[in-house]
Amino acid sequence: MNKLSVLTKGIIKENPVLVLLLGLCPTLATTTSALNGLGMGLATTVVLICSNIVISILKNIIPAKVRIPCYIVVIASFVTIVQLLLKAYLPALDAALGLFIPLIVVNCIILGRAEMFASKNGVVDSALDGIGMGIGFALALGLMGAIREICGAGTIFGFQFWHGSSAGIFLLAPGGFFVFACLVAAVNYFSNGKAIKKKDFGCEGCAFAEGCEANSCERREAGA
Amino acid sequence: MIKSLLMILMACILTNNYVLSKFLGICPFLGVSKKLDSAVGMGAAVTFVMLMATAVTWPIQMFILNKFGIGYLQTIVFILVIASLVQLVEMTLKKFMPPLYNSLGVFLPLITTNCAVLGVAINNINDGYNYLESLISSLGAGIGFLLAMVLFAGLREKMETNKGIPACFQGIPVTLLAASVLAMAFMGFSGVVDGIFA
Repeated sequence: MNKLSVLTKGIIKENPVLVLLLGLCPTLATTTSALNGLGMGLATTVVLICSNIVISILKNIIPAKVRIPCYIVVIASFVTIVQLLLKAYLPALDAALGLFIPLIVVNCIILGRAEMFASKNGVVDSALDGIGMGIGFALALGLMGAIREICGAGTIFGFQFWHGSSAGIFLLAPGGFFVFACLVAAVNYFSNGKAIKKKDFGCEGCAFAEGCEANSCERREAGA
Repeated sequence: MIKSLLMILMACILTNNYVLSKFLGICPFLGVSKKLDSAVGMGAAVTFVMLMATAVTWPIQMFILNKFGIGYLQTIVFILVIASLVQLVEMTLKKFMPPLYNSLGVFLPLITTNCAVLGVAINNINDGYNYLESLISSLGAGIGFLLAMVLFAGLREKMETNKGIPACFQGIPVTLLAASVLAMAFMGFSGVVDGIFA
């Protein structure tokens, strides 16, 4: 795989949110405006790039059996750094994102890339993968934030362009689910159902699919 | 006293439902809600882990992190404590209580990095609850999660048989639309809790 495709695959072909359907909690919760969505996306990108680099450097040192806890420590350290930086320099964004900044640590995109890519590839490739996936995540969140902001408040990036009434429900929880459903349906429609491989939420998208073998939720569902 | 505890409990179950109004724990909510009995198992396991995580993380925050002025380590400490706690419980259940393990334990590895569990632990600290209030609010969060899972599993079992869905909406998008409708139904509870205890 050449460097360019490593970089660009995360942006469209394997977009983490719209194609792989990962990291849904921040996608739904923080996209009440385009700026919040982009901010969340960029904060996650920073963590993703740094953790990918560090994990690919350490991949030969970390014992396979305890790799997940090790990854979590690395990711949590970078999340703490980002959290402190945001508190110091962008307090407004920090207040808007609130709880979801520390929760970057449990974002399955980051752990998923560590497990599936950074632990098997070199430093440069892992960094490029982090940049591509991060940009894809930030763009998807920005897009969703923009749609919800336009429909829900009549503004875009805080600029008021519509003075009539607006559908405030788009800024609330149901609007989040609704806009995301429409985006996924649009991806399905324009790719003739080819882009999104999985037809349902299940183990393929989960970073722990390999880790929890015998206990996998799908087998559990099949047995239940 | 009891009134305020009840208010916290009801608010966490209905108005501030963790899944449907705070968007925490979406992955298990969408992933394990195809069948009613696995939804119940998952919901019960999450409730159990939330309670335990709060029972352990609240004293850690108050008596270690705050006391030594290292509050900024909260994220790292909490996630590690919760992850190892869940592992420990899983092993204990497997060894000593196989029937309980078979109904609840199989879901535990999936919950280790569930954002709802970490979210509850951090929220309790941010809201300034005392120990009892924290436990009650995590119990409420868990029950709210269980309630949302059960309702949603019921919806999805009905939806499976519907053949009239446009091709591009089949599968994931229509599931999300159903979640949207359920979230709208839960919005109807806003104000109810204050009304009951007014």
